[in-house]
Amino acid sequence: MILKCWINGKAVTADISPDMALLEFVRSQGCYSVKRGCDTSNCGLCTVWVEETPVLSCSVPAVRVEGKHVTTLEGVQKEAEEFAQFLGNEGAEQCGFCSPGFVMNVLAMVRELEDPTEEEIKEYLAGNLCRCTGYVGQLRAVRKFLARKKNGEEA
Amino acid sequence: MAYVSKPIMKKDAVALITGKPVYTEDLAPKDCLVVKVLRSPHASALIKEIKTDTARKVPGIECILTHENCPKNRFTQAGQTYPEPSPYDRYILEDRVRFVGDAVAIVAGTDEKCVDRALKMIKVKYEVLEPVLDFRTAKDNPILVHPEEDWVAHCPVGADNRRNLVACGREGDGDVDAVFEDCDLVLERTYHTKANCQTMMETFRSYAYLDVYGRLTVVSSTQIPFHNRRILGNALGIPKSKIRIIKPRIGGGFGAKQTGVAEIYPAIVTWLTGKPSRIVYSRREAMIAGSPRHEMEITVRMGLSKEGKVRAIRMYTLSNSGAYGEHGPTTVGLTGHKAIPIYTPEAFEFVYDVVYTNVQAAGAYRGYGATQGLFAVESTLNEAADLLGIDPLTIRRKNFLKEGQTMPAYYGELLESCTVEACMEKCREMIGWDEKYPRKDMGNGKVRGVGVGIAMQGSGISGIDVGSVTIRVSDEGHYNLMIGAADMGTGCDTILAQMAADCLDCDVDQIIVYGVDTDTAPYDSGSYASSTTYVTGMAVVKACNELKNKICRIGAEILDVPEDAVDFDGRDVYRKDAEETKVSLKDISTKNMFGCGMDLEATASHSSPKSPPPFMAGMAEVEVDLETGKIDLINYAACVDCGTPINPNLVRVQAEGGIVQGIGMVLYEDINYTDQGAIMENSLMQYKIPSRVEIPDIRVEIEGSYEPTGPFGAKSVGEVVINTPLPAIAQAVYHATGIRFRELPIKPEKVAAALQKFGEK
Repeated sequence: MILKCWINGKAVTADISPDMALLEFVRSQGCYSVKRGCDTSNCGLCTVWVEETPVLSCSVPAVRVEGKHVTTLEGVQKEAEEFAQFLGNEGAEQCGFCSPGFVMNVLAMVRELEDPTEEEIKEYLAGNLCRCTGYVGQLRAVRKFLARKKNGEEA
Repeated sequence: MAYVSKPIMKKDAVALITGKPVYTEDLAPKDCLVVKVLRSPHASALIKEIKTDTARKVPGIECILTHENCPKNRFTQAGQTYPEPSPYDRYILEDRVRFVGDAVAIVAGTDEKCVDRALKMIKVKYEVLEPVLDFRTAKDNPILVHPEEDWVAHCPVGADNRRNLVACGREGDGDVDAVFEDCDLVLERTYHTKANCQTMMETFRSYAYLDVYGRLTVVSSTQIPFHNRRILGNALGIPKSKIRIIKPRIGGGFGAKQTGVAEIYPAIVTWLTGKPSRIVYSRREAMIAGSPRHEMEITVRMGLSKEGKVRAIRMYTLSNSGAYGEHGPTTVGLTGHKAIPIYTPEAFEFVYDVVYTNVQAAGAYRGYGATQGLFAVESTLNEAADLLGIDPLTIRRKNFLKEGQTMPAYYGELLESCTVEACMEKCREMIGWDEKYPRKDMGNGKVRGVGVGIAMQGSGISGIDVGSVTIRVSDEGHYNLMIGAADMGTGCDTILAQMAADCLDCDVDQIIVYGVDTDTAPYDSGSYASSTTYVTGMAVVKACNELKNKICRIGAEILDVPEDAVDFDGRDVYRKDAEETKVSLKDISTKNMFGCGMDLEATASHSSPKSPPPFMAGMAEVEVDLETGKIDLINYAACVDCGTPINPNLVRVQAEGGIVQGIGMVLYEDINYTDQGAIMENSLMQYKIPSRVEIPDIRVEIEGSYEPTGPFGAKSVGEVVINTPLPAIAQAVYHATGIRFRELPIKPEKVAAALQKFGEK
């Protein structure tokens, strides 16, 4: 069947199988940042935005994005690079395999929550598993990133 | 030092964080055949008949392999230096299956759908056999896991397939029984840990293609490129010269990828069909047919004086290797070697058996046996302290290893760097031990308790691990550093560049690191056994020094002075007696391009006769709900002695990540089997690794030492960090509840049940 949608601002038309997951679809369109880490919607690696809302692309049929805007990490490179300075400076990317999903959720959180508490940060990002860092370095990076955003905006 | 001991960002950080396509699956050719494996539903069975004719007719299917058309060469998938201590006990496919999940057939086709369809159409008739599922009854069981005639063990590790033994042994020093006789307190305790799964975020993935010379190239997410070349050569029965392994970025390993779990499947498909092919393990496959930690049961008998001096230790370790022997003979050794030496007993005895059973084969997981051994010894010492009425820190102060001591239980090595006691004292301050020990009733049905654990590990395998690098001067005086060690996210490409930059007095950006390609890198045994910083790091130091000498030699020629009259400052070779007379590295490299009879390149190899232990102390504070048994971790403080920290940021993250894996092992990550031997926790839904909401602000400090045999004084850090949470949290739970849990994980239902039983008494 024919699917029409926008991926990272670009109009895409593709002939897909009705049971294709959004994860497979965006990868087939060259968005390799999107990763599969489990079979049970538990790891958060495949997080993308549909109309600016984070979703697990492994659990969304591609046909559901008909006429919609899909954003992957490829579409928010400038912001990702900005956050990379903070995460990288903690050494907290480690293997990097969970980064794309994690970064998509961090950037979504920045848009959604104003000045989140530590609890709110952990809660928001709870679905993004990471096996390398133990999460504490990621949290340091997120806090510093948020502080910079806040101060930057004030300044 | 401009770079060593500086927290610089990893060279690949920005690419990884911004999601660049740098992992195995991202790089595979788009027209790759999709490879999948049909897996056994039985723990032990013989394949009486296997019908693939209908499956072959599915459009798109290119290749179906069964035991009937697969090469039969016994091999091991263990990534170890040849001759491997692990037995050669596998075929690629066999007419016997040995665990639920064992490979039955390999199917390759043009897309996933046709392969899935074909997998369902393969008809297998099994003769189901009675399995050996209890590892306590496996040794000398009349039912054999490996009855085959062509089973072979290449090393004298006490292996005997007619007894279900992967290894067995006994070692010791002094007369243990005589010392026990003379002790004021002798206690004996048994501990049980499960077959935990590494759960790296990227499952096992590989793809293969034939190069222009018809050679088999395998691109794989592996910690062991060179060993994998041998493993595939052995399995396929083809020369190693026909095989090339490339390692791109890896999405985590933690030891899982120290076994060649998945490479063989695309390798054989491509070798036979000539077409590129790839395999991507599902999470379920990675959890039922991966290479998890060895389940172990460890009994420690400890004798002490009434003052708390540890005088004798006897340890018996029973290790469950599962259906195949990968890493069985070696992991067990660490349970003793890395747990007994810390408290310097006068006498010790270490006895072990490693057995075959019909469950998933175990492999290497961070800590590699030391984790299990330290849980047992540390927990026994914590109990001994209570029985003697001595607090757990005081008893350790009386027993700690000190620099300058020889360690009879650790290959007789001399200890030249150790700050373990300072690490413990630092933790004590960090967590506020003196105020919190042993417990505090919160007055709301919840009680807090604290606990302590000490750990050591090694730095590479002494006399066996080999690290090699090649460094050469390129155009304009930058350097190419070719390494065979596999950066799996840990940052070894960066820390090795930091060392090289300091050796050559240059900017770290001038060191271009490339790893790993077995066709271009010098041989390196791989990234495991905490070897990369210590072993490969020393190879970097050696190679850089040799290269510096060559640069000076050519510079001296150009300046027309004797070689000993010049020095190199990173930019120029200059006359020591007239510093303004100099020639730049750029000019030297240009001249070298026209051939001055010498290559500006150096290759160095390093292997250490020692494996200096890093040390760590960890302290936990937990809060237990006495009604529900729920355990919340409130605080974790840790301090590590890794010698010189080459990159303090990466040391800290290694420590934090290792601690959280340890927390998972002690509180959440459980493995249970059905009556038929199938793993029940086969997804991230059932196998619960810690998420960020459970993890408090873990604090890590570094109490450095200087290891004279290491590069810039460094030891390892990658593995020691997983070991302290097990004994520390188990003791904290004891202090909160009064109940000792000697089997992990300690889950709320166990705590609640035990508290109820305790209350009834």
